[in-house]
Formats: sequence, structure tokens, C-alpha cells
Amino acid sequence: MDSHTLAAQTAETAHTEHEHPPFLRHHFESVEQQRESATFGMWLFLLTEIMFFGGLFCAYLIFRNWYYPAFVDGSHSLHIWAGTLNTTLLIISSFTMAMGVHASETRMRKALVGWCIATIFLGCGFLCVKAYEWHDEWVEHHVPGLNFSPEGFMKVNPDYPADKPLQLDMAEKTQVYFSLYFAMTGMHALHMIIGVSLLTLLTIRAWGGAYTSGHIAPVENFGLYWHFVDIVWIFLFPLLYLISRHQ
Amino acid sequence: MAEAKHTDEPTHHEEHIVSPKVYLLIGTALLVLTATTTAVSYVELGDFNAVVALAIACIKMTLVVLFFMHVKYSSKLTKLTVAAGFFTFLVLITMTMTDYISRAWGRW
Repeated sequence: MDSHTLAAQTAETAHTEHEHPPFLRHHFESVEQQRESATFGMWLFLLTEIMFFGGLFCAYLIFRNWYYPAFVDGSHSLHIWAGTLNTTLLIISSFTMAMGVHASETRMRKALVGWCIATIFLGCGFLCVKAYEWHDEWVEHHVPGLNFSPEGFMKVNPDYPADKPLQLDMAEKTQVYFSLYFAMTGMHALHMIIGVSLLTLLTIRAWGGAYTSGHIAPVENFGLYWHFVDIVWIFLFPLLYLISRHQ
Repeated sequence: MAEAKHTDEPTHHEEHIVSPKVYLLIGTALLVLTATTTAVSYVELGDFNAVVALAIACIKMTLVVLFFMHVKYSSKLTKLTVAAGFFTFLVLITMTMTDYISRAWGRW
């Protein structure tokens, strides 16, 4: 008997000797072990993501100290209502995603699909508000490298009449604020777009019943990703919109 | 026998389905905290505006990590992984900031 036939036979007996769910990979002992390994791997990935966004946050804090008046005026040009609305949308979407994981655990197919679709809609709502804000910044010539003009920062902002207009050199430094603003909100939005795309795929498979027969790991780990993106925004919101309000 | 051995391992975690009531409670708490942080930003607190805003953000993050991300109900391995990650992140931030704060020490 050559080794190929032997291997084929062994694989076959392995399948017939012990019954196991089709989603359980052979190198795992049990579904529980497979799920735990997937969670562990997902968290390791999220930790690299924390370091990635952490670098941007760190740069933001340092440059905010260096060019403080520019960062305050840059922040004053954002709409607090838009940031608050987006925070609310994301938090509700985290709730609907958590409920989706619950539906997967309790094996309720339609509920799972429903919660996933709700999450997709809330995610898209967030992206729409963000697109509106970016459009606003484009119109106001606040995009460094593409259509930036410091003029807006050399006059009194009507929303903040107590602000003193900036001198030209400091007004130019608002580009540092907006570079970081676009880098951070842009990377965050990219994560949202990837999240919405993945969730659409998951929803289609969930409709077919793939995640309501004990195979929870994909939904659970996507949930971890989605909540992580929510956490990034939880920090972006105060740093970009709120903390300079009174300075 | 394999079962008995398995429960002692740090990777073991009891199957725990978090109730929708907990999710609803945490979701509401997060929305209330969002309203609070926005409202507080309209009050003049000087340097403490930033402190309060970041403290509220940290509370929100903790709630999301513990409940939405199930870390409170996870195995010791997951808990250790998350804690080690955040600790490393804090070390990196602190050391970088220490450098920037002390770089021009006495030359102001």
C-alpha cells in the first residue's frame, strides 16, 4: 500500500470513527478549544491595531502641545453635533452587534440576520455623517496638500467670537491638526468600510444558517473587531472635538 | 478524563451567554456617558475639560471591553492577553511622553 492510499484511508477512518460538526477543524480537540484559539488570535490582532492607532494618538498629543493655538482653532472649526451624533450611532451599532452575537449563541437565525443588518445600517449612517463633515472641510479649504488656505483662521470664527485671530505662521500650523485629523478619522473610516463589507458577507452566510448551529466564532470575532473600532472613536471624539472647546 | 484535565487549564472558560438585559444596560450607560461628556465640554473647567473628557472615554472603553467584548466572562488566557496589551501600550505612551516633556528641561 503506497503512502497516498494510506493517507486517504486514515483520513476516511478519521471521519467515520468520530462524529464532529463540519466546522470543527481537525487540528482542534473540541469546538470550545477552536473558539478559544480564534478569540486569542483575534485579540492579538486587535493589540497590533491598538499600537497602530496609539502611534497616531501619541503624535496628536505631542503636536497639540507644540502648536496649541493652531490645534484649538482647528478643533473649533468642527461641528460638535456631528461628532456627538456619530458617537451615538456607533454606540448603538455596538449594542446591535452584541445582540447579534447573542442571537448566534442562542441559535436564532432571523434575529442574527436582523441585528447584523441593523449594524450595517448604523455603520453606513456613521460614514454618511463623516462624509458630510469631510465635504464641509473641503468647502472651507481645510484639507492640507489639496486645497488648504490659512485665511479662515486669520479671522474671528463667528461660532467662537472670543477667539483671537491667528498670525499667519500659526494659522499655517493648523495643517498639522488637519493632517492628523484626516489621518485618524480616515484610518478609522477605512476600518468601518472594511467592517461593513465583512459584515455584509457574514450576514449572507448567516441567512443560510451558517452561524446558528454552534459555529459562533466568526460572528463573535467580528463583534470584537467592531467593538474595537467603536473604542477608537470613543477616544477620537473627545480628542478632536471636545477638549479644545473652552481653550 | 480529558474533560477533567481541561477545566484546570488557563484557556478554559465556562460557556457564558451574556443576557440582553446586560447589553441594554451597558448600551444605555454608554449613551448617558456620551451625553455627559458633550455637556461637560460646554462648561468652563480649564485644564480639567481634557481630564474629564478622557476619564469618561476610559470608563466607556472599560465598559465596552468588559461586557460587549466579553472579557469579564473570558478565560484567564484572554484576560492576560488583553491586560498585557494595554500595559505595553501604556508603557510606550508614557516613555514617549516622558522624553518629550523632559527634552528641553531647564531651557524654557
